[in-house]
Amino acid sequence: MLLSVETVSKTYLGGRPVLDRVSLRLDHGETVALTGESGSGKSTLLNLVGALDHFDSGEITIAGTALSGLDERGRAALRRGSLALVFQQFNLIPSLSVEQNLAFHARLSGRSDAAWLSHLTDRLGLSALLARFPEQLSGGQQQRVAFGRSLAARPALLLADEPTGNLDETASAAVLDLMLNLVAETGCGLLLVTHSDAIAARLDRRAHLSGGHLA
Amino acid sequence: MRRAAIACLWSHWSRHPLQLVTLLAGLALATGLWSAVQAINAEARSSYAEASAQLGTGRFDELRAASGPIPLARYVALRRAGWQLAAVLDGRMPLPGGLVEVMGVDLLSYPALPAIEETSDIDGIAPADALLAPGLLIARPETARRLRAQVGLPPVTLSQNLPTGVVLTDIGTAETLLNRSGEITRLLILPDQPDGLAPLADLAPDLVRVQAEGRSELARLTDSFHLNLTAFGLLSFAVGLFIVHGMVGLSFEQRRGMIRTLRALGLPLRDLTWLMLGELLLFALIGGTVGLALGYVVAAALLPDVAATLRGLYGAPVDGDLALQPAWVALGLMMAVAGTFAASAQALWRLSRVPILQAQGQYAWSAQGLPVLAQAGIGTLLICAGFLALAVFDGLVAGFVMLGGLLMGAALLLPPLLSLALRIGAGFSRGPLSTWVWADMRAQLPGLSLALMALLLALAANIGVGTMVSSFRLTFTGWLDQRLASELYVTARDDAQGAEIALWLHSRADAVLPIRSTEVQVSDQAVFLYGIVDHPTYRDNWPLIAATPQVWDAVAEGRGALINEQMARRMDLWPGDAVTLLPGWTLPIVGVYSDYGNPTGQAITALPALLERVPDLPNTRFGIRIDPAQAGDLRTELADTFALPPQALVPQAAIKASSLAIFEKTFVVTGALNILTLGVAGFAILTSLLTLWAHRLPQLAPVWALGVRRDTLARLEVLRSVALAVMTAMLALPLGLVLAWALLAIINVEAFGWRLPMHLFPLQWLILLLLAVATAVLAALLPARRLRRLPPSDLLQVFANAR
Amino acid sequence: MRVSILIFLLMLPFGAAAQGFAGLGSDADGFAVPERGQALAFPRDHGPHPAYRIEWWYVTATLTGANGRDYGIQWTLFRSALAPYEKDGWQSPHLWMAHAALTTPERHFVAERLARGGIGQAGVAADPFEAWIDDWRLAGPDFDTLDLRARGMDFSYDLRLAAQGPLVLHGDRGYSVKSQDGQASYYYSQPGFTVTGTLTLPSGPVEVTGNAWLDREWSSQPLSEDQTGWDWFSLSFDDGTRLMAFRLRGGRGDFTSGTWIDADGTAKALPDGLITVEPLNLTAVAGRDLPTRWQLGVPDKALSVEIEALNPQAWMATSFPYWEGPVRVIGSHGGKGYLEMTGYD
Repeated sequence: MLLSVETVSKTYLGGRPVLDRVSLRLDHGETVALTGESGSGKSTLLNLVGALDHFDSGEITIAGTALSGLDERGRAALRRGSLALVFQQFNLIPSLSVEQNLAFHARLSGRSDAAWLSHLTDRLGLSALLARFPEQLSGGQQQRVAFGRSLAARPALLLADEPTGNLDETASAAVLDLMLNLVAETGCGLLLVTHSDAIAARLDRRAHLSGGHLA
Repeated sequence: MRRAAIACLWSHWSRHPLQLVTLLAGLALATGLWSAVQAINAEARSSYAEASAQLGTGRFDELRAASGPIPLARYVALRRAGWQLAAVLDGRMPLPGGLVEVMGVDLLSYPALPAIEETSDIDGIAPADALLAPGLLIARPETARRLRAQVGLPPVTLSQNLPTGVVLTDIGTAETLLNRSGEITRLLILPDQPDGLAPLADLAPDLVRVQAEGRSELARLTDSFHLNLTAFGLLSFAVGLFIVHGMVGLSFEQRRGMIRTLRALGLPLRDLTWLMLGELLLFALIGGTVGLALGYVVAAALLPDVAATLRGLYGAPVDGDLALQPAWVALGLMMAVAGTFAASAQALWRLSRVPILQAQGQYAWSAQGLPVLAQAGIGTLLICAGFLALAVFDGLVAGFVMLGGLLMGAALLLPPLLSLALRIGAGFSRGPLSTWVWADMRAQLPGLSLALMALLLALAANIGVGTMVSSFRLTFTGWLDQRLASELYVTARDDAQGAEIALWLHSRADAVLPIRSTEVQVSDQAVFLYGIVDHPTYRDNWPLIAATPQVWDAVAEGRGALINEQMARRMDLWPGDAVTLLPGWTLPIVGVYSDYGNPTGQAITALPALLERVPDLPNTRFGIRIDPAQAGDLRTELADTFALPPQALVPQAAIKASSLAIFEKTFVVTGALNILTLGVAGFAILTSLLTLWAHRLPQLAPVWALGVRRDTLARLEVLRSVALAVMTAMLALPLGLVLAWALLAIINVEAFGWRLPMHLFPLQWLILLLLAVATAVLAALLPARRLRRLPPSDLLQVFANAR
Repeated sequence: MRVSILIFLLMLPFGAAAQGFAGLGSDADGFAVPERGQALAFPRDHGPHPAYRIEWWYVTATLTGANGRDYGIQWTLFRSALAPYEKDGWQSPHLWMAHAALTTPERHFVAERLARGGIGQAGVAADPFEAWIDDWRLAGPDFDTLDLRARGMDFSYDLRLAAQGPLVLHGDRGYSVKSQDGQASYYYSQPGFTVTGTLTLPSGPVEVTGNAWLDREWSSQPLSEDQTGWDWFSLSFDDGTRLMAFRLRGGRGDFTSGTWIDADGTAKALPDGLITVEPLNLTAVAGRDLPTRWQLGVPDKALSVEIEALNPQAWMATSFPYWEGPVRVIGSHGGKGYLEMTGYD
């Protein structure tokens, strides 16, 4: 089991619970779409799984490591090693070139692999853009760089939050195709937050959040 | 992991080299000006210490006469009572190019001096040469050159172990040189005294024992001067740190996203914090090193003037040469590092609080300052605390605390006041564009406020110091005209010649005013007591700042004494009080006169009354009143008749010129620091505008899209900058005037002992205002030019990227 | 710490500068030189002789305390001239130096004073006699009745001296030859004062009695170039006889001279070679080895004695350092005296 979420609850200060005893499992190589209305807690769950935020109760286990037992350094190590995150806003580092951005996560986690990186670059169609800086790219190009950066580190689990939310339909479809192919190629798990039924349909499984409960 | 993270952090600077250069430049400027002042102070202080060691002063208690010199017979009597003393005769000798200090010591009994060891060891000077006529003078090469150029002086031996302008010689030689036979200025009490001596208080009740530690007149006077410089250095340092603060804040804000991403990608916060601290340390060291180099250059350029001031004003022996001291380097770097971290503390603290998850805010760094009202409150509080310190404590430090509170408080009050002004301005605006401009200025204010604070401080300092210097020059020139009323000043070789000259002049000049004085001790401080004859020259011209009715009658009849302002303030003596000038001779104070440029206390009474008590008053100096047109002829005639050297006959104009020259030099340093501070402030505005640039586009794009042309926008950019600068300058004016008042009424009184009337110079303000406008225009020009040339696609991008 | 210039001042008269120009009446610098046959006259010659380069008034006393302990004191006033003239004021060429010492079997106290002539801080007047520097003083109505006092940081003495016999002229009626080359000085003594008075030590005052010996000497060229130092003895024997003896050590061998003084004050000069002196053992003093026990003989007078320092550490650590202290005499004659040694470097 790659990811196991066991009865996890999360309440923000003074509010009603965003997540209420949510449980979810995801196997190696499995792709799961997390759907739900705006404010249903999709992103919150994704952030909890990404070790970016703390949950109130329950347990999340990633590749055998329980998150509740980890301190700040351990969580950072987990993000660096087993996980990779792709955000809606791409979150590229503006002062690094495309090439440096692509290599960055792998370098940070000490798993640089030049051959794999060059293969990825080809597959993502970024070879001609390596010297450019993020601000010189279109949204679709930026999102492809963000995918490349994540996958270059060969994560066990890829987390993506509305990765195509900022793209038009054509670009969105192209990016999604590429992503799914590459995920299949690397054999990593994928947990993808989306509000699009069309996208959710293309993944192995769908989990729907509503009112803090998982259906 | 680290290497990747470091490369990532560095990539920011390589993409924004201007930010890096600005940050380093701010640091270098802050460190540089501060270090320059420190170097000057350290150099001067080490000169004092060296001089003290070279002359053996400050190590032993001394005996001085309550009035005038100690007669030789007193010394012998004390010796024969068993006291081990060393006699010293100090005096000043006129030479072309200025006076030299002559220190005549009894070479047999004076404690070992390096200069004597050196000359006797190396040059093998025979004792007969040093002790017998004509004697031997020991001086530094520079001083020796001047001595050797004079005919009739004893041979000169070189020693590096003496301060500049000091001539060391045997007391016997000094007597002849100074024409003061049988006189002793002071007696050193040597450390090894025999057992069972009669107390000095019984043997010599008329001599005053001055403790070695208490004899710090020079230190006290020069301390004030150095504190003055230090304050300016600190001001520059603070202004420089404004730049650092702005740049560090900006760079952290711009890297907020990067920081979040780095953490999301698994870089622990602790590692990130350490890396950023390391980055700051590196910048501090680089900026500090550049600053030290800059400081060295500035100090080396200013030191000759400072040295001239210290020598001219206080007779303090300071060389014009700068030596690099390791402690100075270490201290400078420490200040740079401390300053960097102090200026970055807020940014670092925020960094540690940046949550991984949070929507990116446009103005997070600049808008997160203190709430406006709280800032205004703190500012007011600081100003009040400053004045409170002045009310409770005395002295120069309290004065500077007050100034510090005033300046910091005013700086904090600036943004609230500007905000208020903008709000009022917006109320008057009619058209849509002007409404937008006012609103936009308010929106921009938080980002610019630090730079504007720097400008406020720089302008206020300029107005304050400018007012002080100009007031001083005006007052001083007027005072010189009053005080130096005589057309010609003559110094005779000895009393006999003095009497001859006086007789000779009797029929040739309108009046001959003897200048006769003796040194007395009042409250353990040296005071020069002058006896004057009754003459309209004094009644009409003497610059009294406080007086009782019929003051001159009282003085003329010996019923009262005038004292100078320094003495009045130092000893808190004013008309109505009494002063004991000699044991058993107490006079009421009938007036106080201003006496600029004189570090010591002075008192004046009637000459006959003084002669009754001090009959052997030297009678060698005279002021001569004569029709100015005939002064030149009289001078030539006097010189020919009495074979007087040129330096013994000084026309009024020459004295005035040399006095003014000393004072001009005093303020060269403050002036230079002033200009540099203003430059730093201008630079701060430029950097602030440049850093705001990135945030400007999203605000300008909609206006542009609504049909305002780019060059109009560019013009408005410049206008906005100028408007803010003008408003700041307006607020700087009252602050500067308060500063000037504090400098004249508090700092000057403490530092120099005199209070100056304040004069206003509106033309100077106008020039400063123009300078501020020019600074703002220059600073805004670069971003405005960029805006004019901005491709429309960049403006469109704003909409494309909008979420 | 004193100025090193002083070393020059005081070394000059003793050193190479004073080359012998015997018989010419004056040397190259214009100083007078002693001439044989010049009669001394008193009280005039108790006073200073500014025409000569160097001069001293030299008192030593062997004393016994009321407590039975032995003591010795020294009081010396030197005059050293930079030029052969007199002048009032600081620029007088006459420099004065004085040494005072108090020796006990265990301790040795030393003090030094320096002064310029011409201002009254130091000087000598012949009649009534007064020699002074600061508050140190040797003075009385005449040369036979003198008060003597001096004090240092941790000691002082105040003594009354009464002469019991006549002045003694050394050499040829006061002309005392100092080398084979004929260098000479004027030299006379009052060897027979009785002494009473008080010594003040750190432990308190001590009443003492004893004998004092006063030497007067002046010259302009006392030593030959090869002469490196001297050993000088003033001895008072129990039978009332006295002996002044000195040995000048030089490259060409020793030069001895002395005066035998009978109990009635009759003096007989002992020219070179009539006195034998032999160091017996050395003591380490102030970083050098000094003979503090001596064998001394005058075969003509059947004298053969051993002389031993009361305190071997009687080192005068002054600007011009030397050894000077009281001695005990045993052998053919018993007695007490003083020993001075210079030039042991």
